[in-house]
Amino acid sequence: MVTMKRWLPPLLFLTALIGAWQVAASTGWLADALHLEPFLVPSPAEIAESLWQSRALLAENAWVTLREVLLGFGCAVLAGLVFAVALHLSDLLRRVFYPLLVASQTVPIVAIGPILVVWFGYGIAPKLWIVALICFFPITVNTLDGLRSVDPEATKMMRTLDASRGQILGRVEAPSALPYFFSGAKIAATVAVIAALFGEWAGADSGLGVLIRQDSAQLETARVFAAMLVLSAIAIGLFAILALVERRVVTWR
Amino acid sequence: MRQDTNMPTAEASDFAVEETSPASRSAGGASLSIRGLGHSYGDLQTIERLDLELPARGVLGLVGPSGCGKSTLLELIAGLQEPSRGGIEVGGASDSPSRLKSCAYMPQRDMLLPWLSSIDNAALALRNRGVRRRQARREAGELFERFGLTGFEKVAPAELSGGMRQRVAFLRTLVADKPLLALDEPFASLDAITRAEMQEWLAEALAAHPRTVLFVTHDVEEALYLSDRVAVLSARPARVIDELRAPAPRSTNRDAAVTDPKFVAIRERALLSLRKGATKAPERW
Repeated sequence: MVTMKRWLPPLLFLTALIGAWQVAASTGWLADALHLEPFLVPSPAEIAESLWQSRALLAENAWVTLREVLLGFGCAVLAGLVFAVALHLSDLLRRVFYPLLVASQTVPIVAIGPILVVWFGYGIAPKLWIVALICFFPITVNTLDGLRSVDPEATKMMRTLDASRGQILGRVEAPSALPYFFSGAKIAATVAVIAALFGEWAGADSGLGVLIRQDSAQLETARVFAAMLVLSAIAIGLFAILALVERRVVTWR
Repeated sequence: MRQDTNMPTAEASDFAVEETSPASRSAGGASLSIRGLGHSYGDLQTIERLDLELPARGVLGLVGPSGCGKSTLLELIAGLQEPSRGGIEVGGASDSPSRLKSCAYMPQRDMLLPWLSSIDNAALALRNRGVRRRQARREAGELFERFGLTGFEKVAPAELSGGMRQRVAFLRTLVADKPLLALDEPFASLDAITRAEMQEWLAEALAAHPRTVLFVTHDVEEALYLSDRVAVLSARPARVIDELRAPAPRSTNRDAAVTDPKFVAIRERALLSLRKGATKAPERW
């Protein structure tokens, strides 16, 4: 009952939105307003139909993109944690690397994508680099903030209880940083999908990004939307898994 | 009793503890000696020419106006900071690493780690020394039983009342088994009733586990009830401006103790010193 109440408003809103779109598209009103041919403005029903008809093609390409997202995200988590701890423990490293960390986010993916393809080829490697490069930042910065958020009194208390630096890290700082890490990871999960798409656009022979590119060139607008739905589903799924793990691990909040 | 003195006072014999539980594990305590202590943060002088002597197993209360540097003094003694001038000896050693080793510090807020159960919080010092989890829990569990916390071992700190949290925090300090305990306003966050209960509880705990105890409070009554001796500190930069001896050290009946005319007389004198010290214009900022 309570869950019903919680889910009812967003569900109603979504239904209303899709309904309005359906009406606007199927009556041709939307296409007229945009001065377009009706086949360029697919209705939700047409998108659903395309989703069903091209299910094998979509699944095949989604699997390629999903692998890029998961592997790239995994690399970003590992690198982010290592960086955050290293920058937390060493003042020198923090001073040296923090500006570089910020600079890494100003790298235009559109420009570096093709270069990475030249360097690493058409395989999965350049996509992993791009996904990891984008996901790594929110994870590192959030985790670092979390490690530094510890109350200095708690650290003093631990020191008088004979804790080593490593024990303060493991027993106080790391648990404090966990919720921050999850916030960063959830942000990273949503952008990971977009990063994978960019990676595929720079050079690939399969994946949802490739499919979307081909379909928009061929004006297969319904399937473009269908592929976008699948991409969203991947992002939402990854986000939901992280939220679930967070609730399991961070029990004290 | 001398007034406005910086001279070390009292002999060890004055602080003999009558009641010593056979179960107490620690050696009991280390003496503390502070001479000519000075400390400043940049230009801000927090402590100036401070002298204090505390024999092993003595309990000293420190009262002073807010912001007078009491907490800084505790951190200096505990070896968490280095003094700018003068020396601090705990059990004969004066370097900060050995002070850190022989002193357990209980911060103002309980600082219980929310991701650990009560028993694991209390056992932190043992775990830090490499004792296995089960063994550490067993050792801390003995104290839980002795101090009326049985049944609360697995409870998360967030589910404990304020008084219970302070108890667990104090046990954590006790489990560390150090000769000197530095308590920073241990009951400041509690309501009046819980506070009185906790004072009685602490008096009993200290009777059963005698240690050298230094505790900061802004409550003169609490200081006199729990300590053998109370040092009144001036406003910043902190100096000892008065030292008083508690009339009946650590009587377990708090209500009787604090209404005793002798107790009341000393409390009034302490308050008077405190007020004089608080209005004393600081010599420099």
